[in-house]
Amino acid sequence: MTEAVLRIEKLQKNFGALKATDDVTLDLKPGEIHALIGPNGAGKSTLIAQISGGLSPDSGNIYLGQENVTGLSIAARAKRGLGRCFQISSLAMPLSVRRNVMMASQAVTGTSFSFWKQTDNDQKLLEAAEKVLARVGLEPRADVPVAELSHGERRQVEVACALALKPKVLLLDEPMAGMGAGGSERLTGFLEELKLEVPILLVEHDMDAVFRLADRISVLVYGQIIAQGSADMIRQDPLVREAYLGTEE
Amino acid sequence: MRKLTRESWINSSLVLLLALAPLCASLLDEPYYVNLASRVVIIAMAAVGLNLALGFGGLISFGHAAFFGLGGYVAGVAAYHAFDGSYFIGVIPGSDQMPVIWLVAVLVAGLAATFIGVISLRTQGVYFIMITLAFAQMIYYFAISFPTYGGEDGLSIYVRNSLFSLDTSDPLIFFGICFFSLMLSIFVTRRIMGSRFGAALTMARLNDIRLATSGVEPFPIRLTTFVLSAMITSGAGALFADLNGFVSPSMLSWHHSGELMVIVILGGVGRLFGPVAGAVVFVLLETFIGGFTQHWQFFLGLILLSVVLFANGGLIGLLAGRPRHD
Ligand SMILES: Nc1ncnc2c1ncn2[C@@H]1O[C@H](COP(=O)(O)OP(=O)(O)OP(=O)(O)O)[C@@H](O)[C@H]1O
Ligand SMILES: [Mg+2]
Repeated sequence: MTEAVLRIEKLQKNFGALKATDDVTLDLKPGEIHALIGPNGAGKSTLIAQISGGLSPDSGNIYLGQENVTGLSIAARAKRGLGRCFQISSLAMPLSVRRNVMMASQAVTGTSFSFWKQTDNDQKLLEAAEKVLARVGLEPRADVPVAELSHGERRQVEVACALALKPKVLLLDEPMAGMGAGGSERLTGFLEELKLEVPILLVEHDMDAVFRLADRISVLVYGQIIAQGSADMIRQDPLVREAYLGTEE
Repeated sequence: MRKLTRESWINSSLVLLLALAPLCASLLDEPYYVNLASRVVIIAMAAVGLNLALGFGGLISFGHAAFFGLGGYVAGVAAYHAFDGSYFIGVIPGSDQMPVIWLVAVLVAGLAATFIGVISLRTQGVYFIMITLAFAQMIYYFAISFPTYGGEDGLSIYVRNSLFSLDTSDPLIFFGICFFSLMLSIFVTRRIMGSRFGAALTMARLNDIRLATSGVEPFPIRLTTFVLSAMITSGAGALFADLNGFVSPSMLSWHHSGELMVIVILGGVGRLFGPVAGAVVFVLLETFIGGFTQHWQFFLGLILLSVVLFANGGLIGLLAGRPRHD
């Protein structure tokens, strides 16, 4: 059996009386896309926030490779290779696409405590960002401020920023939301290739994309994982059909 | 691109005017106006320091007078001990050499800012404003209750401190020293903002979650900025003491903190030369309208209000348009 790159054990998070994460255990193996699906308010984003460090769980542990990262900050986890894409784009709006991506490249290509050398002449940094931009197909938009981009393009910038970290694990929270058919088709193709390089924990409402991409699926309802298994297993699971898929179609 | 050139034009004219005015005054044998120009330049430099934290870092410090005053007191205390050959806390000799004084001023302010920053930067918004103010007030009262160094009455510097073999008592030469320091502080700010550190600082201001998600801790970036900012302002404080031949607790008072904020906002928050424009307008108003009426701050208020309401980027923004991010 291959070693998991990301492992979540018995995670628990309550908001008052609401059990937002209820005894969740799951893992992510090299080369796979593990999809996390569930109705609105099931606790998917809450779970992603705990994995990335924005929220701390009440109990349970999160392992990145061998290391227990439960107590680490967002930045420390990012530095260890946890790339993340927010459900609601969180970028620096007045800055160009390139500047946003360069920020993530900065942590990978050296220190941020460099005061004299200008980033405009920092070849290592510029090239690293350029490579990612080319890969995501954002090159022609590189110098446009993020504020002027369409919603779908911003999602792409988020993915680019996550990739610029040279991540070992990617957490994508509804990357296709608001992208339009063409956009999500292209992103689906892109993720299919990408997963060979970086395993992905994918939260997504677009079921076509999920069934096409996911090697494994976990179904989250009211903070609990009610089913976990291969795409086919989940499609046939009566419990899942009732709780989730049935209401969706 | 056009706007960038326009802003550089405005900045260059501003600098040229600032350099030529005291030259003319000196030729006309009007040392008062040369000293007035030095005052503008020094206050501009103090505001350049604040602008790094407030404008570029979004850290609204209401306590920068503390660093301004600390710089002033380092100059005053060093000169005091150098004058009568005594020792600071019994061991450290005084000095009347500006480079030594500047170095000590910058170190002392840096140390104070580290301490204040570690505590205040854990908070944000109104709390940060209030904690920086509280620390500055503590230093203010500390200075008042220290009789050795004049207490409430302050401390005189009888002979202006010296720099190499320059005649620092010549107003024009002293202006030159101040002007050079101001240009240096603006140049340093510019280098910093173009560096990796500057990129991280900009991101800390715009979206600190993004910064953290990019693998960079926001706190050390902010702390370093706060310290650098305090250092620049303290250098200006040391010059201010030498200009006036006098330091008093009033340099540390919250009025000064407020004035520096007004100057930064007036000139243009986060604009490289904003503090210079702000300081020119501020000191001219203070001097000329302040000469007519006690209520000159009424006019300052009017101008500030219109700048804040109608010109988002301050005076520089009004003239040069919005800043260009690439
Ligand atoms: N900070 C918070 N405080 C209190 N309740 C919260 C908080 N964050 C989320 N919740 C609640 O926790 C539940 C799970 O929210 P979450 O955003 O994780 O759902 P989700 O599965 O991502 O939904 P969606 O598909 O709409 O994105 C919701 O009921 C939400 O209202
Ligand atoms: Mg969500």
